[in-house]
Amino acid sequence: MLERNKAQKQGGRVGRVHQELAHDSARKHVAGTADYVDDTPEPTDLLHLYIAMSERAHARIVNMDLSDVRSAHGVVCVLSAKDIPGTNDVAPVAGDDPLFADGLVEYHGQSLFVVAAETIEDARAAAKRAKIEYEDFAPSTTIKQAHQSKLYLEPEQVMTLGESAAALDKAPHRVKGTFAVGGQDHFYLEGQVAMTFPQEDGDVLVYSSTQNPSEVQHLVAHVLDRPNNAVTVEVRRMGGGFGGKETQPALLAAAAALVTVKTGRSAKLRLDRDDDMVLTGKRHDFEIDYDVGFDDAGVIQGIEFDLSSRCGYSTDLSRAINDRAMFHCDNTYFLKNATIRSHRCKTHTVSNTAFRGFGGPQGMIGIERVMDAIAQKLSLDPLTVRVRNLYTEGERNVTPYHQTVEEIIAPQLMSDLVESANYIARREEVRAYNETSPVLKRGIALTPVKFGISFTTTHLNQAGALVHVYMDGSIHLNHGGTEMGQGLFVKVAQIVADEFQVDVSRVKITATNTGKVPNTSATAASSGTDLNGMAARDAARQIKDRLVKFASEFYQCDAAKIRFEDGLVHLENQSVPFEDLVKQAYLGRVPLSSTGFYKTPKIHYDRATHRGRPFYYFAYGAAVSEVVIDTLTGEHKVLRVDILHDVGKSINPAIDLGQIEGGFIQGMGWLTSEELYFDDRGRLRTHSPSTYKIPVCSDRPKEFNIKIWDSGRNPEQTIHRSKAVGEPPLMLAISVFSALTDAVASVGNQAVMPQLDAPATPERILRAVEDVREQTGTDLAAGL
Amino acid sequence: MSDVIRFILNGEVHQVSGIDPTTTVLNYLRYHVGKTGTKEGCAEGDCGACTVVLGTLKGEEVQYRAVNACILFLPVLDGKELITVEGLASADGQLHPVQQAMVDHHGSQCGFCTPGFVMALYAHYRNRGDVSVTSINDAIAGNLCRCTGYGPILTAAQTMYDYPAPKEERRDAVERLRDLQSGEPLDLAYHCPRTKTDKRFVTPKNLEQLSAFASELQGATFLAGGTDVGLWVTKQQQILKQTILTTSVDEIKGIVEYDDEIEIGAAASYTDVYEVLESAYPEFGELIRRLGSTQIRNSGTMGGNIANGSPIGDSMPALIAIGTRLVLRRGDKTRELPLEDYFLGYQKQDRQPGEFVERFFVKKPAPDTIFKAHKISKRFDQDISAVCGAFSFEIKDEEIGLARICYGGMAAIPKRATACEAALLGQPWTLQSVQRAMEALEKDYAPIDDMRATAQYRLSAAKNILLKAYLESVVRPYPTDVLAADEVFHA
Repeated sequence: MLERNKAQKQGGRVGRVHQELAHDSARKHVAGTADYVDDTPEPTDLLHLYIAMSERAHARIVNMDLSDVRSAHGVVCVLSAKDIPGTNDVAPVAGDDPLFADGLVEYHGQSLFVVAAETIEDARAAAKRAKIEYEDFAPSTTIKQAHQSKLYLEPEQVMTLGESAAALDKAPHRVKGTFAVGGQDHFYLEGQVAMTFPQEDGDVLVYSSTQNPSEVQHLVAHVLDRPNNAVTVEVRRMGGGFGGKETQPALLAAAAALVTVKTGRSAKLRLDRDDDMVLTGKRHDFEIDYDVGFDDAGVIQGIEFDLSSRCGYSTDLSRAINDRAMFHCDNTYFLKNATIRSHRCKTHTVSNTAFRGFGGPQGMIGIERVMDAIAQKLSLDPLTVRVRNLYTEGERNVTPYHQTVEEIIAPQLMSDLVESANYIARREEVRAYNETSPVLKRGIALTPVKFGISFTTTHLNQAGALVHVYMDGSIHLNHGGTEMGQGLFVKVAQIVADEFQVDVSRVKITATNTGKVPNTSATAASSGTDLNGMAARDAARQIKDRLVKFASEFYQCDAAKIRFEDGLVHLENQSVPFEDLVKQAYLGRVPLSSTGFYKTPKIHYDRATHRGRPFYYFAYGAAVSEVVIDTLTGEHKVLRVDILHDVGKSINPAIDLGQIEGGFIQGMGWLTSEELYFDDRGRLRTHSPSTYKIPVCSDRPKEFNIKIWDSGRNPEQTIHRSKAVGEPPLMLAISVFSALTDAVASVGNQAVMPQLDAPATPERILRAVEDVREQTGTDLAAGL
Repeated sequence: MSDVIRFILNGEVHQVSGIDPTTTVLNYLRYHVGKTGTKEGCAEGDCGACTVVLGTLKGEEVQYRAVNACILFLPVLDGKELITVEGLASADGQLHPVQQAMVDHHGSQCGFCTPGFVMALYAHYRNRGDVSVTSINDAIAGNLCRCTGYGPILTAAQTMYDYPAPKEERRDAVERLRDLQSGEPLDLAYHCPRTKTDKRFVTPKNLEQLSAFASELQGATFLAGGTDVGLWVTKQQQILKQTILTTSVDEIKGIVEYDDEIEIGAAASYTDVYEVLESAYPEFGELIRRLGSTQIRNSGTMGGNIANGSPIGDSMPALIAIGTRLVLRRGDKTRELPLEDYFLGYQKQDRQPGEFVERFFVKKPAPDTIFKAHKISKRFDQDISAVCGAFSFEIKDEEIGLARICYGGMAAIPKRATACEAALLGQPWTLQSVQRAMEALEKDYAPIDDMRATAQYRLSAAKNILLKAYLESVVRPYPTDVLAADEVFHA
């Protein structure tokens, strides 16, 4: 209602690009009528599945006796590795993720076998009856242990610019440091789920909550030893994805499909929250070592990073994720002489996977930590150091991977934010507050974001779409992108409606289906709208071109002068409603259906040398966060946040604002309250919301000013000059971590750099405070 | 005795019989009657995606409260009105103001948590809750959203009263509910084919029936809210063979204020006890506000938390520090004991078979009492503490006349800090005394490492919150509380 009124006041019809439309499913969301996979009415033949999971982190299965499982009440079948007709693998890249462990288990929670039963209670209870003998091996569950045992998933990767060693030796100042950044569970509200239905010829229809239907299709076919065309995957919507449904859904879909082909019955596999958190991958945690040399002004002369990440037991997407961490070690700063070494540690823990930012946040927080360390060393405001190191036009614009930064907007954007957030005055207020406040300390920080847009695996940057115009002028829209809440579907519908200049209500948004658009890439890397929007526009334009050609012949007018506007088609001396032209075109035997295609131009990358142009463009943003900490307990509160973010020319500002705010809060959770705690046996002990704490409403800063940067316009020819927005805002939350570091440092009057690790739980903040007190000889009771 | 569960579901009388009595309301809605709008996010009452609204007849009106359907057993609905997200829009499809505001302010992204938020806010709307940020935060502290960052939901909540009131808010709910009040207990029997067990679930209506069932069904599980017991079923797949509902007994739901103490029935919900305890001890009120969520406090009972001796019951340290007497009943005999004596060891309590917690008496503050409480958790709202300390001091002539100090999270049970108390007794109320008492805590506790905190942190934080309790009790020119500092910052 509201947005309709707004649009009408703007004088046009609803559904153009750049309008604030509500999410296409909003009314269904609030009414409980938006269906997710588990809401599908259950067919009477439905089998309920349960995955039995390893109770060891690292062991050989000596014997697995499933006879008591098979004989349990309600059990229809039990399938394990030896029952797989095709390949026992559901890995996206490296072929190292068995659907069911075969002999060796490498993480606590690894899938062993699937039980299919008449009820989920039957399946679950039956699974517990398995008699499994393990021969235990010592697990290597941490980054440190992996380094000690030299366990890596691929050789060390190195990216270099200039001569870092020489530059470090010559630099007037040098600091070294090390710190740890925790992982993160996706905590999509809808857990992983797949439903499979038997089809003719032994084919399978799969409903999967996945960001990557094509990959699910291909992996299911692979497991079943059937061609891809025997499997159709459909996904209408996910209840959140965040990267967690990029590769992880294949295991569920494959297990369910296997049951369906073995039994001829439909099957459902839905993980409950605890099993989901134990069984599926998360954001990689990192240990970051830095060695930086700089001049008296704080300008970096040379830097070396060692990034070590916990990848878990298999490759999954860890190569590209760790590459992206390396790509973002510069953030918005010119590093001049840099060596970035990346260590992909193999551990006996769940295989870590894609998560919003895809390694980028971990790389970026590394360099932001360095900025704070330089500022501390030189007693400068960290903002000053940040500004002095920014990429600029001319010489200082080459990244460590040798891509030239062509669009230099961070300086302007940051300066706009300094003003709107009143940073300078507030920095002084914080200092004054801390002088008279011995228990509570405030901190403030401004951090920028520059995030590279494109899949760094170049071939993935392609997309397809399918558009039909029916005889009555209604439009059917389909593309390879998936809807996980990010508003992709409404944005692409706006693009198509805009192309035909019709009301968006005329565009039917349909479920992503591998039978309609094949060989698609995951909806990931923030690329959904860039790729699918372009592909859908291509399809719409082809139909439009045919309509124009037909109209010029049928109505005898100049094709160049035909305009589509407000549901009408203006010809030279008359206007016809869109649907009338469509009807005539049908009668004139014009094809009213088209596929569309897009591939991102300009990009290339040589992974052997880590050089090239992996990114089509960069998205920018900046945030100021102010926090207060309790130096007796380590508790903190985020007081105020100001964000200025660049989305180019927004397709839908309301949707983009939602991504910015949601991304920020998710990033804040990653760096503050969300803690993955594995015990020494490699068991995840924080596997439900009672122990794993994502932010709630009251954690949101009471003053939260978010603005889309007015001057944004993508210099590259992206869809309507917009920019990707899914991932970049998450990294704005690094400002919170930096502000917390600032607050901790004030305990020792900024005399030492606090050793604060992420997530900054009360415990870690208090430890850092105690460390600062000790190093500076500050008594706990001082000033009380 | 009746064996039919009767309730109103979105305006229609609904009857269920022959069902497994520990079927959750959520599973019943989703998999028995196809109402899939209500979602499962965690099955433990921590995410709010399953939020529904329960109407309970209270005299001449119906009290509407948001609860978690995922840990609520179906028989608890007997005689009540259940409203789900499907029941909000009017017959002609017009959205309820809460729903329309959520649409207009972009309050949903993936939409999976949305029905839960809508229902939590709907309860707030029905109760004419205020729209201050603090009040909305509390109303939805039990609802997790991973997409929006909450701002749009907050805005929707703050504007929901700006829309025209919904056409149909049923006026006959009172009469319809009255018709469902049989006065007879439910006695439900069910044979579980898988486990070959016979289950029984009873809902006594008065203390006499409760005592009789307790004597008859020794070893039965008492269900007093289900915010813990519910998880035994949904998380541990326990089979509850015999279950006795206590919240159907009005006699043990009352709260009575006397001159020097407050009597609280074991089946009174946290929501019900909040006001009276908050007015006696504001800091205890704050502790309760942060305990669970609105949904959990609407279902959960303090008596239930006491009875099953959960080591994480965050109100126990406060109750013990204040001084609380427990009344246990077995048949027609009752006995009393101080609350701290009830906890014998990890998940071990001084409760005999057939015996149950009937009520408890909380001391009101004496004139010179200083009461402070501090709970530390990774998140302020709806989290279980790593350490929770409660402190009750009586200061006379600048001297500590009485100190009752109790911590949670420091031992297998909520345990008094006797060495620390001894170090304070008779000492002047000064920083030096408190610093000595902080050291004494090392004699009182040997905490453990777990996913909430390390032993080292627990001990440091325990000491420091005692220091904070002191600082907050004396005049000082600087702030000590981050939440208060947040309020000041925005004032």
